[in-house]
Amino acid sequence: MALRTLASRKTLAAAARPLASAVSASRGVTTFTLPDLPYDYGALEPAISGEIMRLHHQKHHATYVANYNKALEQLDAAIAKGDAPAVVHLQSAIKFNGGGHVNHSIFWNNLKPISEGGGEPPHGKLGWAIDEDFGSFEALVKKMNAEGAALQGSGWVWLALDKEAKKLSVETTANQDPLVTKGANLVPLLGIDVWEHAYYLQYKNVKPDYLSNIWKVMNWKYAGEVYENAAA
Amino acid sequence: MAAFASALLLLPLPPAAAHPQQRQLRSREQRQGCRSRRYSKVVAYYGLTTPPYKLDALEPYISKRTVELHWGKHHQDYVDRLNKQLATSMFYGYTMEELIKEAYNNGNPLPEYNNAAQVWNHHFFWESMQPEGGGSPEGGVLQQIEKDFGSFTNFREEFIRSALSLLGSGWVWLALKRKERKLSVVHTQNAISPLALGDIPIINLDLWEHAYYLDYKAVIISFKLFRKAAFETSQRIRVLRVNLDQR
Repeated sequence: MALRTLASRKTLAAAARPLASAVSASRGVTTFTLPDLPYDYGALEPAISGEIMRLHHQKHHATYVANYNKALEQLDAAIAKGDAPAVVHLQSAIKFNGGGHVNHSIFWNNLKPISEGGGEPPHGKLGWAIDEDFGSFEALVKKMNAEGAALQGSGWVWLALDKEAKKLSVETTANQDPLVTKGANLVPLLGIDVWEHAYYLQYKNVKPDYLSNIWKVMNWKYAGEVYENAAA
Repeated sequence: MAAFASALLLLPLPPAAAHPQQRQLRSREQRQGCRSRRYSKVVAYYGLTTPPYKLDALEPYISKRTVELHWGKHHQDYVDRLNKQLATSMFYGYTMEELIKEAYNNGNPLPEYNNAAQVWNHHFFWESMQPEGGGSPEGGVLQQIEKDFGSFTNFREEFIRSALSLLGSGWVWLALKRKERKLSVVHTQNAISPLALGDIPIINLDLWEHAYYLDYKAVIISFKLFRKAAFETSQRIRVLRVNLDQR
């Protein structure tokens, strides 16, 4: 728990404000705060080390949140001034840092300690949909691992629900592009971070080992709930 | 055919027995008359070039462990994957620079591009650094930097700014823009190289997380920077010392 001091402090500060814990308002600009993890940093070991989780949350995610808020404040100022080029220029920082915040917030919920049910394959409607759209659960895992391993540079591999086609698909996005950049009809059920910072301290260059181990701590209950809400 | 094969060796040979751990993958040539029919013709693939210094020579800026992995695993993997592709590729027999330009395919890269460019980019990265380097460049490069950036300090600041504003994996370069006849600082995503765009790289810095994560994590990069004296016939390489505040 000691490792989580920073996050806890942030969460407490956010909770003290009148709005919901993830969002707060100052000077008219909506700002975001780093969400707390639903488990301890070391709780996903040995699949993902506590050191990776701590840095990933306290440094990487926290930096995306800070830079997202900064960009939003700059955007607010640019809009107030009617500075059209500045508004356009800020789009890449908003997409990158906002995407980083959105993606990591999903990612933390996608993981769960084994003792709490992490790694248990999906049941219910999502389980059926996976069999129907990919043939089997194993085929889905194989496909996501292959796409994750083949992704050049930094990015994410997703299990998505296409709300319109009512079909599951595997998607990849570059850098911190959130899934919504590939279509508003796509709902992220699972996202796997394949940036090197997500595994390098533990797995070094062996990305396939990271990809095969992460399924041991996958929170399919969460994915199933998102699926049922979105498919309803 | 033998001459053709040796033309593939664009990259300089490593110093003999520079490092015991180095893998001698270079130019796997099998000549006529070999026992195996499979190797009955001359074949030549790319080899992993060795950094021109010991693997711990960049400490404390870049650790031996990082270089071991970065060179011995990442760079090696790109070489291996390229060679595997070349076994059945239309690009077999191209020089590395031709291959990179052709496979870039005007911005719609063919499968070989990524591996070839990353082999070259990493080779160039190792060549761009030198232990006990630092300070300011001299001669033609310095004159050109002063002409195009106003001063060496301006160039350095722009280089750092460009590095920090890269979103995701990639490289930052000092490159000579061929058309403009001007030095320029550019950053590129993933495996993109100024070579593919027809420009001339002078120095590069790897900004993939694997280049610095073990040593610097997400916090601060205190990097050594370097230049490749491409304007000078001497090919002397110096290192500039630069601090990069990480994103």
